[in-house]
Amino acid sequence: MTKAILSVRDLCKSFGALKATDHVNLDLCTGEIHALIGPNGAGKSTLIQQIAGGMAPDSGSVHFLGQDVTQLSTPKRAQLGLARTFQISALAMEDTVLQNAMLGALGAQGHVFRFFGAASKDRALREVAKTMLERVGLADMAGARTSDLSHGQRRQLEVAVALTLKPRAFVMDEPMAGLGAEGSARLTEFLSDLRQEAPILLVEHDMDAVFALADRISVLVYGQIIATGSVADIRAHPDVRRAYLGEDA
Amino acid sequence: MRRESLINVLLAAGLLGFPLWAYVMNEPFLITLSTRVAILALAGVGLNIALGLGGLVSLGHAAFFGIGGYAMGILASHAQSYAPLMESPFLIEGTKSMPIIWLVAIIASGLAALMIGGLSLRTSGVYFIMITLAFGQMFFYFSISWPAYGGEDGLSIYVRNGFPGLNTLDPIQFFLICYVLLVAVLFFANRLAQSPFGLALNAARQNAMRVETVGITPYQLRLTGFVISGMITGLAGALFADLNRFVSPSMFSWQTSGEIMIFVILGGTARLFGPVAGAAVFIALEHILGGLSEFWHIYLGVLLLGIVLFARGGIIGTLAGHEVRHD
Ligand SMILES: Nc1ncnc2c1ncn2[C@@H]1O[C@H](COP(=O)(O)OP(=O)(O)O)[C@@H](O)[C@H]1O
Ligand SMILES: [Mg+2]
Repeated sequence: MTKAILSVRDLCKSFGALKATDHVNLDLCTGEIHALIGPNGAGKSTLIQQIAGGMAPDSGSVHFLGQDVTQLSTPKRAQLGLARTFQISALAMEDTVLQNAMLGALGAQGHVFRFFGAASKDRALREVAKTMLERVGLADMAGARTSDLSHGQRRQLEVAVALTLKPRAFVMDEPMAGLGAEGSARLTEFLSDLRQEAPILLVEHDMDAVFALADRISVLVYGQIIATGSVADIRAHPDVRRAYLGEDA
Repeated sequence: MRRESLINVLLAAGLLGFPLWAYVMNEPFLITLSTRVAILALAGVGLNIALGLGGLVSLGHAAFFGIGGYAMGILASHAQSYAPLMESPFLIEGTKSMPIIWLVAIIASGLAALMIGGLSLRTSGVYFIMITLAFGQMFFYFSISWPAYGGEDGLSIYVRNGFPGLNTLDPIQFFLICYVLLVAVLFFANRLAQSPFGLALNAARQNAMRVETVGITPYQLRLTGFVISGMITGLAGALFADLNRFVSPSMFSWQTSGEIMIFVILGGTARLFGPVAGAAVFIALEHILGGLSEFWHIYLGVLLLGIVLFARGGIIGTLAGHEVRHD
């Protein structure tokens, strides 16, 4: 296996008596899509939060690009190149689509404390933002107010903003949710190519997408990873079939 | 031209034209009234950066207004009595020069905003409102109990401070000074809102998580915005004190904070000229209704309630409607 870009070691997080993350170990390696599946409430979003920096674990560590980032804030991790998309879109809804993408470009560029020139006239920011909107197929909507976008378009915009960071790894929480068959298929194709740019840790409910995309799959149940393996391994795994795919083994 | 830009130009022209007309008609009181509008609008433009752009509901902006006022009062009173503020380790003398007073007011209120914002921005929502209010009250009680500069009675300045080449005692000339400052700050505020910093601060108001996820720390954005906001309101405080040739603890009172906020909300939160419209309507109501009834605040209250319930964009929002900028 190639070198791990992102690795989670022995991570634990409890909410009272509930163990939402229970000694989780996980690697994301160059060029791969690592899918994280599991039933509702298994702790997938909680795990993503801890990886991205939005929530501190009780114990264990997160390493990114060989560096222990467990104590780093979300912005610091983003600056290192960790891009995240949300299960529930987190966008500046009153801003235009282009402005949201430019915000990402601005964060990546790092020169935030500029008070005079118009952001909209910053060639470098515009260029990056437009390119990424084009890549996700939102170029036509650049001038639209973000709150006017359809649900699916908002998901696309989330991905575009993540792209503007030129990240070293993506962490995506259910990007296909609510996209519909056609949208899912399009995003599946897009993500399939994207893994060459940076590996993707993909939380997803859409099993067709997961089986089509994943190089590896980890199964999370009650905060524990009960299996990690290839698509074929996971399909065949008796515990997985019982616990998650809801079949009698 | 966008409809809002047209309204802004009309407002700017109106605020200039009215006192010029009053000058021709020899109505100095109306010039003074216009000067009040310009100065209070300036205070509101300051708050609007925190409130409109940053979403920071500060009920403590009187602190900056008052610091600006006292910067003027203290410097001018020392100049008046020829007693330096400080002799060692180095000499600091008072001054009657407006530009120096403005600079001191801006720096002092900026430092206060750095301190107040630095602490209160660690909280949010209603806690932030209460902490900023508490800081404002601290300054209020401090100014009351500080006898060196008049304590409760405040501090009078006999002659208005000077500006090179102008006669500041002439109402129209003093108005023009305030007006030019207001326009300059509006120009700056407009640039600020569209700058990369403005883009980020505005996004942090809408969704802090979004901003963090692209590698920007909302706290730094907000603190910077809060400091800029406080500096502008501080400058307005210095002008206000000069207009009245008097400073008193009431500049620090929570009612002052409330009034500055009313200008912004009345005129339209986050609208560039919102505070100008708000301050103009406020002063007009105070002048007209105040003459009819002592309880004119009731009408103001009804108006505010109506705006908050039915016209969130305030006066400017209602007139200009909702438009997305297509960049
Ligand atoms: N902030 C929180 N406080 C308390 N319980 C939480 C919190 N966040 C998540 N949980 C609980 O942790 C469990 C895992 O949630 P989550 O990570 O959202 O699951 P998933 O994304 O796999 O559906 C759920 O039982 C949820 O109710
Ligand atoms: Mg989830």
